[in-house]
Amino acid sequence: MGKIKDVDLVEIDDGVKMIPGANAVLGPLNKIVNWGRAGSIWPMTFGLACCAIEMMDAGASTNDLDRFGIIFRASPRQADCMIVAGTLTKKMAPVLRRVYDQMPEPRYVLAMGSCACSGGVFDTYSVTQGVDTIVPVDVYIPGCPPRPEALIEGLLKLQKKIMGEEFRWSQWR
Amino acid sequence: MESMEIAKRLQAQFPDEVLDAYEHQGQRAVIVSGEKIVDILRWLRDDSLMDFKHLMSLCAVDNIKRMEDGLLRFEIVYNLYSINKKHSIRIRAQVREADHSIDTVTTLWTGADWLERECYDLMGITFIGHPDMRRILLPDDWEGHPLRKEYPLKGKEEWIGLTKIIEKAEELRQYSFGYKKPKESTKSSESSELTDKQGND
Repeated sequence: MGKIKDVDLVEIDDGVKMIPGANAVLGPLNKIVNWGRAGSIWPMTFGLACCAIEMMDAGASTNDLDRFGIIFRASPRQADCMIVAGTLTKKMAPVLRRVYDQMPEPRYVLAMGSCACSGGVFDTYSVTQGVDTIVPVDVYIPGCPPRPEALIEGLLKLQKKIMGEEFRWSQWR
Repeated sequence: MESMEIAKRLQAQFPDEVLDAYEHQGQRAVIVSGEKIVDILRWLRDDSLMDFKHLMSLCAVDNIKRMEDGLLRFEIVYNLYSINKKHSIRIRAQVREADHSIDTVTTLWTGADWLERECYDLMGITFIGHPDMRRILLPDDWEGHPLRKEYPLKGKEEWIGLTKIIEKAEELRQYSFGYKKPKESTKSSESSELTDKQGND
């Protein structure tokens, strides 16, 4: 890109340029769409145990997930990612899979806490040893329970991952 | 009423049923035979001096490691509280050895329903006369009763429901974004699908 009618384009990001005075941005489609997707991750809440309290805290005013465009949805049909917060028991595992199957693509899963990552201390008869046996997991957040800052860090990691994807959002993926 | 007095009156009322009474940490407990448990608890509930209207808790105990004390394998523990008189007592009822069964107390307190179902689920004690005697916490097709002492921590074999859902997850894996068929030589390409950024432009 160079000049359009002798107007200097302003580079606002790597490969993305803005036309001064006009509400127009020039850049790769992937980058612009991914920017939009990363800025509006709507998580499906899957609070199962004490980690859900920390998840609620991350969403409340002190930490405020709304700043990142993260708005909790109660329906899997409207969600982009699922935060599995807590101990997944074997009886709950089919429910988790069903909720995941109901989410539209592109979809992501965050395993929040030791129990969701690996089963944690509950190496017992009734607890699944990590949700990655049931659904594919994108980001693991360790901790028992993780602080809200850790959850935010995990969501930022997910944003980074989304920004690096190519055409996952499109119909010709 | 003093907890000592409660135990004495209970013993006077049911001399054949009361096996032992003792105090520990200021809490009075009475060990009774389980055969007439409904009669004992009904008397405790309805007697004007006892007035135990509230069943605080109901749970089962596996005594397999202390059966030399003359206890039977299982016992049910009832914690009663009188809201009016502000006194409480613990009743430990020995469960019949032959079929691990005891009479239900849902006829006295409707709230005992789910507590007894929990005892059935985790300890395998059948409550005779219970209106809905099935599992409450574990899936219906679960094998065994996990809180029994002989049950291994991780269970004997995997629950069929979880095996099925893991199989289904493996089957649906090929439809996920960026799935690459695993090559014959290496298996690592399958696991790396989740972290790679991919596109087919």
